[in-house]
Amino acid sequence: MRISGDKIAKYVFLAIACSAIASLLLIALFILLEGLPFILRYGPWKFLSTSDWRPHEGAFGIAPMIISSLWITAGAMLIGAPLGVAGAVFLSEFVPKSVMCIIKPTIELLAGIPSVVYGFIGVMVLAPLIRTNLGGPGLSLLAAAVILGIMVLPTIISISVDAIGAVPNAFREGALALGATRWQAVRMVVLKAARSGIIASIILAMGRAVGETMAVIMVAGNTIRTPHSALEPVRTLTANIAIEMSAATGMHRQALFATGVVLFVVIMILNSLAMAAMRRKGGR
Amino acid sequence: MIPTPTNPSDPPLPTAKMVVAKLDLFYGAFQALRQVTMPFAKNHITALIGPSGCGKSTLLRVLNRMNDLIPGVLVQGRVELDGLDIYAPATDVCELRTRVGMVFQRPNPFPLSVRDNVLFGLRVAGVHHRARLDETMERSLRAAWLWDNLKDRLHHPALELPLDQQQRLCVARLLAVSPEVILMDEPCSALDPIATAKIEELMLELKRDYSIVIVTHNMQQAARISDYTGYMLLGDMVEFGDTGRLFTNPADTRTQDYISGRYG
Ligand SMILES: Nc1ncnc2c1ncn2[C@@H]1O[C@H](COP(=O)(O)OP(=O)(O)O)[C@@H](O)[C@H]1O
Ligand SMILES: [Mg+2]
Repeated sequence: MRISGDKIAKYVFLAIACSAIASLLLIALFILLEGLPFILRYGPWKFLSTSDWRPHEGAFGIAPMIISSLWITAGAMLIGAPLGVAGAVFLSEFVPKSVMCIIKPTIELLAGIPSVVYGFIGVMVLAPLIRTNLGGPGLSLLAAAVILGIMVLPTIISISVDAIGAVPNAFREGALALGATRWQAVRMVVLKAARSGIIASIILAMGRAVGETMAVIMVAGNTIRTPHSALEPVRTLTANIAIEMSAATGMHRQALFATGVVLFVVIMILNSLAMAAMRRKGGR
Repeated sequence: MIPTPTNPSDPPLPTAKMVVAKLDLFYGAFQALRQVTMPFAKNHITALIGPSGCGKSTLLRVLNRMNDLIPGVLVQGRVELDGLDIYAPATDVCELRTRVGMVFQRPNPFPLSVRDNVLFGLRVAGVHHRARLDETMERSLRAAWLWDNLKDRLHHPALELPLDQQQRLCVARLLAVSPEVILMDEPCSALDPIATAKIEELMLELKRDYSIVIVTHNMQQAARISDYTGYMLLGDMVEFGDTGRLFTNPADTRTQDYISGRYG
């Protein structure tokens, strides 16, 4: 019996694909198995809504970290979304194709800069700026939001540019032929047609912002406290896991895994929303 | 300057709404139009025919300066609307395009509701007066024979309409800005024969109020609906004249060859 090279290659790739998927599933399963029992035992509502995080005394309320994560993400989107979408519109509609062909890959390269570098810039440049001009310790919710807002720009710009580029030229021509200016054509037709892709880019960026850890640990200040101002230091869900993991045992360890479950769920929801938005093609 | 028909036996031309004279057009180094001279009669239908790639669409897009959008286009010669040069530096191109409107080959309604499509041109012009918008929308949809079909679906997405209704919506959207000239680039090529007949009938009705220029590769269509026809070949205006005469008694042997089907 002979087996052709094609067949062998097919089974090899199938095996690789299966093991890749299997290892992802295993990780997900591991996190759930480690985290879910704790959540059920401690009480999901108590876990999510109380503000006491004193692991050695058995108090595991993650509300301050949830609130901090949400504020930082919201702030990052407030900065990143308008800048990113405006940049994408400018690049795709008002810049010659040749220039765009250089700038877009450059922006996508920025996505590859390690987050520790963004964090470093945050600590060295941004935090002192905030400390001297606005007050507070500098390392703060605001600093984290600004750094994350910049970090998500490549995601927003590159997906939005693709979405705007996929808008048929016939829409632009139709608008211009009715006496619209370039800007009116973009605002009233192109952006509407590209809406779902642009929304998807923002949701994916939110996912990145929620999950980002290293840069946030470096600039957010990491105090576990419900923030009352953007200038206060805060600790996010991700930062909490990273900071406490090495020393945690028993219940404490399980509580951190449970925090992972919460993050996991949030990011799954965001990604499915983004996928749904992308599938719902323009204007329907 | 008013160009005369190529053939002296044609009846005298009515008033010209637009005139093209000694027009050369270059896409970079490639010359797509060569010394084209022809009138577009007011309240009549002028057809442009010729094999694919001869420059019909290019000539049409000269008339509302849509070619300006393509980088590297050079236009030389004179193009007049009511006797005024539309390529003069002082021309407001947006205003020109509301006076010389265009219907495209493939229906291209915007991904908006029927209502927002029809009112697009007015909103662009800054009209927000509710009563005026409603009045214009009804008048335009009626003129494009869509009112009865769509009056209960004004908030439906335009892209969900059947193709022929989409194309008539594009006509309605244009009528809403009260153009003087309507340019149509093969407006029926995406439509079936029944829908085509509807658009043709519509054009015959519209020519009472508008001057129409239609590009078509369908000679029967040109013969059926147009009053004047220009036959183009490789960027040249080979022959221009009265449609009835041009199809029965062409002056140029190349026109003869084309209409008797010896050409693509
Ligand atoms: N944007 C463009 N750039 C360069 N050449 C073009 C462009 N558009 C059309 N052409 C060329 O100009 C000629 C006339 O094109 P077109 O006016 O579209 O012809 P038609 O509408 O009669 O089929 C063709 O040879 C075509 O290849
Ligand atoms: Mg054409």
